[in-house]
Amino acid sequence: MSTRRVVIDPVTRIEGHAKISIFLDESGEVRDAQFHVTEFRGFEKFCEGRPLGEMAGITARVCGICPVSHILASAKAGDDIFAVDIPPAAEKLRRLMNLGQIVQSHALSFFHLSSPDLLLGFDSNPAQRNLFGLIAQHPEFARGGIRLRQFGQEIIELLGGRKIHPAWAVPGGVREPLTPEKRNHILCRVPEARQTTLSALAFVKRYIAEHREEVENFGNFPTLFLGLVSKDGAQWEHYDGYLRVVDSEGNILVDGHDPRRYTEIIGEAVEPHSYLKSPYFKPWGYPEGAYRVGPLARLNLCTRMGTPLADAELAEFRQHGNARGIVLSSFMYHYARLIEILAATERIEQLLNDPDILSSHVRAGGAINKLEGVGVSEAPRGTLFHHYQVDAHGMIRRVNLIIATGQNNLAMNRTVKQIAQHWIHGARDAQIPEGLLNRVEAGIRAFDPCLSCSTHAVGQMPLVVQLFDAQGRLIDEVRRD
Amino acid sequence: MSVVTLKINDQDVSARDDATVLQAAREAGIHIPVLCYLEGLSAVGACRLCLVEVAGVNRLLPACTTRVQEGMMVQTNTPRLQNYRRHIVELLFAERNHVCAVCVANGNCELQALAIEVGMDHVRYDYMFPALGVDLTHERFGLDHNRCILCTRCVRACDEIEGAHTLDVLGRGAKARIVTDLNMPWGESPTCTSCGKCAMACPTGAIFKQGSTVAEMVHHPEKLAFLKVARERREWRV
Repeated sequence: MSTRRVVIDPVTRIEGHAKISIFLDESGEVRDAQFHVTEFRGFEKFCEGRPLGEMAGITARVCGICPVSHILASAKAGDDIFAVDIPPAAEKLRRLMNLGQIVQSHALSFFHLSSPDLLLGFDSNPAQRNLFGLIAQHPEFARGGIRLRQFGQEIIELLGGRKIHPAWAVPGGVREPLTPEKRNHILCRVPEARQTTLSALAFVKRYIAEHREEVENFGNFPTLFLGLVSKDGAQWEHYDGYLRVVDSEGNILVDGHDPRRYTEIIGEAVEPHSYLKSPYFKPWGYPEGAYRVGPLARLNLCTRMGTPLADAELAEFRQHGNARGIVLSSFMYHYARLIEILAATERIEQLLNDPDILSSHVRAGGAINKLEGVGVSEAPRGTLFHHYQVDAHGMIRRVNLIIATGQNNLAMNRTVKQIAQHWIHGARDAQIPEGLLNRVEAGIRAFDPCLSCSTHAVGQMPLVVQLFDAQGRLIDEVRRD
Repeated sequence: MSVVTLKINDQDVSARDDATVLQAAREAGIHIPVLCYLEGLSAVGACRLCLVEVAGVNRLLPACTTRVQEGMMVQTNTPRLQNYRRHIVELLFAERNHVCAVCVANGNCELQALAIEVGMDHVRYDYMFPALGVDLTHERFGLDHNRCILCTRCVRACDEIEGAHTLDVLGRGAKARIVTDLNMPWGESPTCTSCGKCAMACPTGAIFKQGSTVAEMVHHPEKLAFLKVARERREWRV
């Protein structure tokens, strides 16, 4: 009696370190699959004893892809502890930077990391199935994606002085206002960014129509969805607003929930096989309360995007959903991501034309007025929570971070299992074709996980897939470092 | 007062006979790196970065406390001195927890600038990672022992210019640290006048304004020399 364990290690073209274990039964059918995050960082612990003012700069170091998310959530937690209303221009500038980050991070996920699977094929030669292969075969597509990411990065740099880890948003507001020259520079680049996004959207829609098998088996299952929606009319939101939770039927379970009271609806579980914690919807318990966050969740939650082009795309997107327009397949994260880039380009244009945006009043003074504060924003990958407790002098006593990727942990585990069960059969002794394992990895890529963020670990993103037999013996392993 | 003539790096230099080698070099436009020395404060010769070679003397001498002499031959930047200076800077980094990337003084730090100047691309000593605290009890300033290099510029500024002598040094060697009064929280100090001269004098991010965020703390050490000159020469009087 033997069963197998197949290990994919490392998972490639994702951000962080992970491996996947696929457990086979005696007949070589997939019994279970697990997604392990193998890195550890420890930010929640070593931030204890640091001054509050340094937290935005320190927690930005959680991630080089989405430092802005951490800077904003941290600055907002600081606003909460200061108990101040920040100047209107500061909020608009923070929104502008977050939109720049959504553009650059989504562009990285779609064009650099995932589009090689889509354009070159899941079963294509893995040596070429990467950004360089893409540049060789589809140079205009690759160039558009690289320039789109650059557009987002440039917004961050023009506002914060540097592309990565700008120490710019601080408790009370932001450190530097925007100059007219910089505003005009960004405005000039908006049309090209929008055109690139529309072209990519057209491609994804064609791809979805032609590849039903992937769409229907890449993490296609009911879960809850959680995220922020705007306070006025529950529109698409990325910086502030209320928490909303909907189920897979489109029923609104939680609405208008102050994100500072997140512990009432979110519980945190830990699995022994992964450093990634598994948050769940508290009223439903663990693991039944699995929910998804990020682009797919945000589009499922909102009433509308709030800008004309993105609203037209949202209406079309919802045709792929159930009767209430809820889209369940995790493959559709790619599609949702592009609609969010489109919405971001529209909102960037709106903000840059706002008369407040050039105001020099961008920072409110403050002191330690509360001993606890929560800052919540939408990172590209989903809702991000920074929760600090301080002493009367502003010394950090306790930190809790809930990172977007962690909230998708349960769904990612179910996704790798669903993909493995659909594509891997009778694999008792035979080697599993690489293209099938690549589909398992691509299931993870669809979520655009940022594991170094979510587990607080170091390094680039290798992945392992391990295949175990029924006795738990490792019988095959695919490893990439 | 008379004038002496000496050679620094083979260049003829003249200086007052009560000047130090450091002062003579600076007047001649010759750079010698320093950390514990600050114009306006007494010189203590503690950091050893300004060590120079003097012809006829077996040991190295600190330029900040060595008087000029007629006919002195001084070398300030030999390979031996460059090597020692790099080791000194590495030891400073290894001794405490200096994390430039998230420091309030990033970009405005004399230690960081020196590391660049001496070409420190890595540290050859094991880091000690001492568990050190931060004192945030003062309403205007914070003291982070992780970033302190024990140059004592704050101690001298507090004593010699402000006259409060709130700050001093407790303990010896690697266990030494800056304390306020009789080792009490800074916010409870009965002698501190909250003047901020310590923050002006600090070469790193160890003493900082409350609420400072990354790379936001700018020191103004030159203000101390200005105060000293203004007070001694009474230049503000009309």
